[in-house]
Amino acid sequence: MSSIGTGYDLSVTTFSPDGRVFQIEYAAKAVDNGGTVIGIKCKDGIVMGVEKLIQSKMMLPGSNRRIHSVHRHSGMAVAGLAADGRQIVARAKSEATNYESVYGEQIPVKELSERVASYVHLCTLYWWLRPFGCGVILGGYDRDGPQLYMVEPSGVSYRYFGTAIGKGRQAAKTEIEKLKLSEMTCRQGVIEVAKIIYGVHDEAKDKAFELEMSWVCDESNRQHQKVPEDLLEAAKAAAKAALEEMDAD
Amino acid sequence: MNSIDSTPAKQGLASIEGSERTLYPYVTGTSVIGIKYKDGILIAADMGGSYGSTLRYKSVERIKPIGKHSLLGASGEISDFQEILKYLDELIVYDNMWDDGNSLGPKEVHNYLTRVMYNRRNKFNPLWNSLVLGGVKKGQKYLGMVSMIGVHFEDNHIATGFGNHLARPILREEWHENISFEDGVKLLEKCMRVLLYRDRSAINKLQIAKITESGVFVSQPYALKTFWGYSAFENPTKGAEGSW
Repeated sequence: MSSIGTGYDLSVTTFSPDGRVFQIEYAAKAVDNGGTVIGIKCKDGIVMGVEKLIQSKMMLPGSNRRIHSVHRHSGMAVAGLAADGRQIVARAKSEATNYESVYGEQIPVKELSERVASYVHLCTLYWWLRPFGCGVILGGYDRDGPQLYMVEPSGVSYRYFGTAIGKGRQAAKTEIEKLKLSEMTCRQGVIEVAKIIYGVHDEAKDKAFELEMSWVCDESNRQHQKVPEDLLEAAKAAAKAALEEMDAD
Repeated sequence: MNSIDSTPAKQGLASIEGSERTLYPYVTGTSVIGIKYKDGILIAADMGGSYGSTLRYKSVERIKPIGKHSLLGASGEISDFQEILKYLDELIVYDNMWDDGNSLGPKEVHNYLTRVMYNRRNKFNPLWNSLVLGGVKKGQKYLGMVSMIGVHFEDNHIATGFGNHLARPILREEWHENISFEDGVKLLEKCMRVLLYRDRSAINKLQIAKITESGVFVSQPYALKTFWGYSAFENPTKGAEGSW
């Protein structure tokens, strides 16, 4: 659906004759070129996974975190321009602590996603600002249960059972739709997310990648944290095994 | 942290609208005592919140865990203590979000509190508390105090308020390095009993909290046994002027 927007794409404050804002669409392309990010809502929590493409072998494993905690009960996985993502995460952290300071309870995930979305949207309204070149998957657990939201560079935010952004999102979404999420626990969900990310990773185009996963569920005491080492290793092993099975066919 | 002091910088001691600095405390807690023991730190405080001379609130928790490695006990204005807990909570949340395997230890928290208290004092708007900060990190025990004017130090045994006069002498005599948990609790109870007898703002409902490498444990509130059967207390007005 790409088209050249010659003349109407120079500024985010210009509409094209067919009612599109090209700068926002270009920002979305920046997200589509980044590593895949997946989020799923299982029956007892949220699992998020990132396909962290490694630019150089010299980078320390575990550096360049793509999943950040926003408060105790929620976290964000970023796809697209990493520096833009850092800004959004910082803003989300600030909104969350401000809400708690005023209302005395943890920010509801819906409220947090609305605030983040309106901040992202803000940068699409003025010609002296550029839109954020990153999409964010926000997962949290409040008193209404686990919830998963996604915020796009245009500033829209929807709630999902499962979603993916980045390079392999089409394939990933297909795989997610096959899963029976309402019957799955987060422990099982971690394995499934790992399998999907390993599955959509394109060996030919991109070299190495590192899998980063986090969850917020009953097992983690409703706190957002990295998936524990042993479970992560088990998930990676299961994912690699599933790949080999597919290759063997 | 710009949330600490919201009064504008140009406010001196008083402005046209009236003074906006703390003049005197309203609801106060009395002494807190802390000692280092073999496995960590023990802190004791009663659960009273006095409103002047009235012992108004009797279930005030004056010892709270901070992060994974510290315990904070406070005497003085209870509302200021609650403010301090709010700032520390935000500090700990941000520290956790780094998720880098490191966490703020008692020394760091003590230093942070010192900066907060001293800066407020310099603006003539103090947080009216004496704070006792104890904790263990990587096997190192730490016990320190910060006063409302920012005086800070660390020691093997700490007390605030009346505890300085009544409990410290006992601790100087009977505390020793690597005192056991049971002996430590007995020692703290001895000090708290003296305070109960002699400090009019003390109540007979206390909590003892311990922190070790493995974590924090705050006891349920309990009462000390007291003895009032002294012969001098019988017929207290005998021989007094105007009595019969």
